[in-house]
Amino acid sequence: MTAVQPQGRTQSQSPMHRTPALSPPGTFRTALILLGKDLRLELRTLETVPAMVLFCITTFVIFHFALNRATISGQLAAGILTATLLFASMLAINRLFVAEREQGGFDGFLLAPVDRTALLLAKAGALLVFLVVLEVFAVPAFALLLLGPPLGPRLPGLVTVLLLGDLALAIIGTFVSAIAVQTRARDLIGPILGLPLLVPALIGTARGVGSALATHPVQFPAGRWLAITALYDLVFALLAYAVFDFLLED
Amino acid sequence: MSHGPTVRGLILATIVSTTAALALIFFYAPLDANQGFVQKIFYIHVPLAIVSLCGFVAGGLLAIGHLRTGERKWDLRSYVVIHLSLIFGITALLAGSIWAKASWGHWWVWDDPTLVSFLIVLLLFATYQPLRFSIEDPERQARYASVFAIVAAAFVPLNFIAVRLSQGFVHPRVLTLGGGNLPGPMRLTFLIALLAVALLFVTLCLFELQAKRTRIGLRRLRRELLGEDAVRPLGRSAAPS
Repeated sequence: MTAVQPQGRTQSQSPMHRTPALSPPGTFRTALILLGKDLRLELRTLETVPAMVLFCITTFVIFHFALNRATISGQLAAGILTATLLFASMLAINRLFVAEREQGGFDGFLLAPVDRTALLLAKAGALLVFLVVLEVFAVPAFALLLLGPPLGPRLPGLVTVLLLGDLALAIIGTFVSAIAVQTRARDLIGPILGLPLLVPALIGTARGVGSALATHPVQFPAGRWLAITALYDLVFALLAYAVFDFLLED
Repeated sequence: MSHGPTVRGLILATIVSTTAALALIFFYAPLDANQGFVQKIFYIHVPLAIVSLCGFVAGGLLAIGHLRTGERKWDLRSYVVIHLSLIFGITALLAGSIWAKASWGHWWVWDDPTLVSFLIVLLLFATYQPLRFSIEDPERQARYASVFAIVAAAFVPLNFIAVRLSQGFVHPRVLTLGGGNLPGPMRLTFLIALLAVALLFVTLCLFELQAKRTRIGLRRLRRELLGEDAVRPLGRSAAPS
């Protein structure tokens, strides 16, 4: 007994035990920590976003030659812009959970006493940030290379629609990526699963961007397209929230 | 193979209703004034499409059962229902294409929202099998397939709303939930045909379930009697086993 007590005392004086009792962070804080991790990882490696930007610019050049047009406007421009962004987002969606899967991040996360929804929030947040950064480069490049009418006055409408579309891409992309990363044919399953699910969001986004990019007059996209995309965002966010826990059980 | 009285009754009802539906289609329903005989494909095409959409949604509901209870039988049911819905759906698409060619002159038209929505739903559910196939661990395969089935089932109505909204309300609806503007004999034929196709779907589901259960039981017995190595993997099948 006497031999045990001093041992116990030295243990309780170890730095681990002198700090106040650690309580697990809340869902939102956990999500912020994970988001910070993902963004730091991307900043250090610069793998995904530069590849997406390059992909977009190359695709615009390809469209220039494929269509044999110097400038485009209206629905045609909207279609090319949204489809290119959609396909570029597939690059990020395919890679979103790869580090977690290959380097044991899933196990670490599951062992931590935190809410699992945090991972959904963090990954969707990371994807949203990637997409916004991508568009900061890709939209001016598009205006420079292909778009006929000037971008300036059309910017507010375009930004609103694209943000709502990005939200849909981020939510559905995270959900699809969480499924696809556990499959053998990961890079194949992601896009074939994601593209049909994204069609309704694409309808809203492409039509909204179409009215924003019309030659004249400059008009804000109709509320209908914004409403379709926003509603779709909302419903899919709830749906992904409801089923995401099942994708992490092991 | 022996069946209970319920299943036998169901099979009988399927045979009777299918025969009645075919008889009504060919001998009772009047010829369409504009389209003539070709219009009769409507009595096959529309019930097939309705039943397959209901099947997709039912597959999602059964998948909820799997996630809630964790029992594999729900996954098997969900798999069978979605599998048959896919077959019915592809048949409906082919029949619709023939009808479109005959009455509109094109194999495919983009300005009918129902048609476009149906294609998107079919494309989504067509990924169900590849998804199952590329996950090896059976437990995880069942869980992921269930999650996918639930989301895809919720996607069915969402997609129909979105596509409908994207095209405005300019197209007349031939068939609404209330029966639309079909004349009496046509509506009767249509309803009997719908009943026949639905019964056929349920019967086929029961048969496939029975076959899958038998195969699972047989494989378990072989494993017990001859050892693990005697039972080969299923090859090109992603069915629950």
